[in-house]
Amino acid sequence: MLRFLIRRSLGAVVILLIISAVTFFLFYAVPRDPAMLACGKNCTPDALEVIHRNLGLDKPVPQQYWEFMSGIVTGRDFAQGPCPAPCFGYSFANSDPVWGTIVDRFPTTVSLTVGGAVVFLVIGLGAGMIAAHKKGTLLDKAFSTGSLVLSSMQIYFIGPLVLALVVYNLELLDQPQYVPLTEDPAGWFMGLLIPWCVVQIIFTANYTRLARSSMIEQLQEDHVRTARAKGMSGRTVFFRYAWRGSLIPIVTIFGVDLGSLFGGAMITEWTFSLPGLGTLAVDSVQNTDLPMVMGVMLFAATFIILFNIIVDAVYAFIDPRVRLS
Amino acid sequence: MAGAETPGPEGVDAERGAKNGELTGRSPGKLMWMRFKRDRVGVVSACVVGFFFLVALCAPLVSKLYGKDAYTRYGQITPGLLNENGYPVKPNGGIDGEHWFGLEPDLGRDVFMQLVYGMRTSLGLAIAITILSVLTAIVIGVAGGYFGGRTDYFLGRLTDLMMSFPNQLFFIAFTPVIGALFVNEQDEMPTWMRACVLIYVMWLLGWMTLARLLRGQVLSLREREFIEAAKVAGTPPSRIVRKELLPNVVTPILVQSTYMLPNFVTSIAGLSFLGVGMLEPTPDWGRMFATGAKVYQSDITYMFFPGGAMVLFIVAFNLLGDSVRDAFDPKSGR
Repeated sequence: MLRFLIRRSLGAVVILLIISAVTFFLFYAVPRDPAMLACGKNCTPDALEVIHRNLGLDKPVPQQYWEFMSGIVTGRDFAQGPCPAPCFGYSFANSDPVWGTIVDRFPTTVSLTVGGAVVFLVIGLGAGMIAAHKKGTLLDKAFSTGSLVLSSMQIYFIGPLVLALVVYNLELLDQPQYVPLTEDPAGWFMGLLIPWCVVQIIFTANYTRLARSSMIEQLQEDHVRTARAKGMSGRTVFFRYAWRGSLIPIVTIFGVDLGSLFGGAMITEWTFSLPGLGTLAVDSVQNTDLPMVMGVMLFAATFIILFNIIVDAVYAFIDPRVRLS
Repeated sequence: MAGAETPGPEGVDAERGAKNGELTGRSPGKLMWMRFKRDRVGVVSACVVGFFFLVALCAPLVSKLYGKDAYTRYGQITPGLLNENGYPVKPNGGIDGEHWFGLEPDLGRDVFMQLVYGMRTSLGLAIAITILSVLTAIVIGVAGGYFGGRTDYFLGRLTDLMMSFPNQLFFIAFTPVIGALFVNEQDEMPTWMRACVLIYVMWLLGWMTLARLLRGQVLSLREREFIEAAKVAGTPPSRIVRKELLPNVVTPILVQSTYMLPNFVTSIAGLSFLGVGMLEPTPDWGRMFATGAKVYQSDITYMFFPGGAMVLFIVAFNLLGDSVRDAFDPKSGR
């Protein structure tokens, strides 16, 4: 187990280094001068020069990359002042510290993705299991048709429709917004209810289908039949035996889906103008705000990779046959 | 020929295939086609998908018959169509006999034409990306699986690396960057260049799943007797790959591409929605959603046309994918 974790972590570090290098060098290969952004409208060549020096843009690119990467570990000094340990530099657009902005925006994205994941896992697995239990009935067919149509919906289509219907027409809920959980749990819940229900749309159907087929498969396994033959109650067999086995493919897919979950969160945040990492990424890309894009990119990639390792480890707990080697 | 394709139980059909006392063999492709034709859902969804592609392909013809185009701002040149806020005067987004799907708020372009030409853009891009990704996946997957050893190791690590990139974030971050590599800041990026950039970015991260799948398939095929026989007979590797391996992996390639294409369509639309896809004034399916999201409070009708079309397209394509899989591989039940 320990060896697995060490090996995977080393792999993750390599991947993150490559991602950071690719992002950094690609952005510097762009003939667009990032200092122009910081300089503003009344820009003189002299002012540009000063900004270049302040941002460290006058040094060769590999050196800049090295300073950037070592700054993450040790912190570094900028013209704006010292930048403590996880230092991703300062935004070109508004001189905010990148790390601070990411930390500010992060809770929104986490609330959105975790809540969304809870919604789609509960609905998806629940519906899938019911469908497997009632296989071949009208209910099963209704579920599979429903999930087919649902899986073809897109966040950018459903989002505005839900807003128009629930918020503006029926006035059931307020415009979605992010309220920190620690400040006002009820407000947090109500504010994110619509985004949760919208972000789950692209995932639920898949999980319904997956849970159904994997459950049906499990119910035909030998150990399940043995358990039945022993005279165990249907419920015990269903939940203790078949359910556990059916989780394995679901956990795998969940690990793969984390990246698209973040992608879905980006579009959802943009649709509802929630202040998360997704809106931050889109905004900073449109501004060619290199430090911000680098920060968000590395941060999100770290998270996704980290969770993939966790998912793989969880995998071994669910399925004792899996050896982590 | 027509006799051989008559739908019916395969066993009976095989006997009837003996025409003029001569046994006619049936290729796997023909068998697949026979099975597919019997799948009613598959045929209907194939027709729907075909209709979408036909409309996209014949967009100029549709435009000529309909008498409008995707660029003219009808609402602005004809008074009385849009009110002072830029919204259509007529109810339901300005639908009438003249403008079937209504008018775009503010700019006053024809929604029907926007949709038809937008689909043309999106589907064209998606097809290009699918073809490129499939070709890359074939090269990398087959090379890794067939040659094994160090080649396989490096290609496998490359695949892993590409898979661990956060897709959507990568698309958003790199579309403007790669675009800026080719075009000066001052110049407007030409439409075809923008399209190339989108294709390039999506292609870069689009091939891995299929490559992995093919590698696994080729890995197991490599050990089979017929490959061994070919090797012993002195067949050069290029011929083994072309004549022995590739025909055996056509099924996963076709099935996987029917899942890839709709995914690319929605991803491209997502990029356009976030403002980093195709730009004005090129009509684009995804950008219609961005417009719709801006005007939904006053003109919800607008959103339904791109949305409904996309739902229909994706549903039909997914059903088609399932049918193709069933037709190729009758063992896999739904």
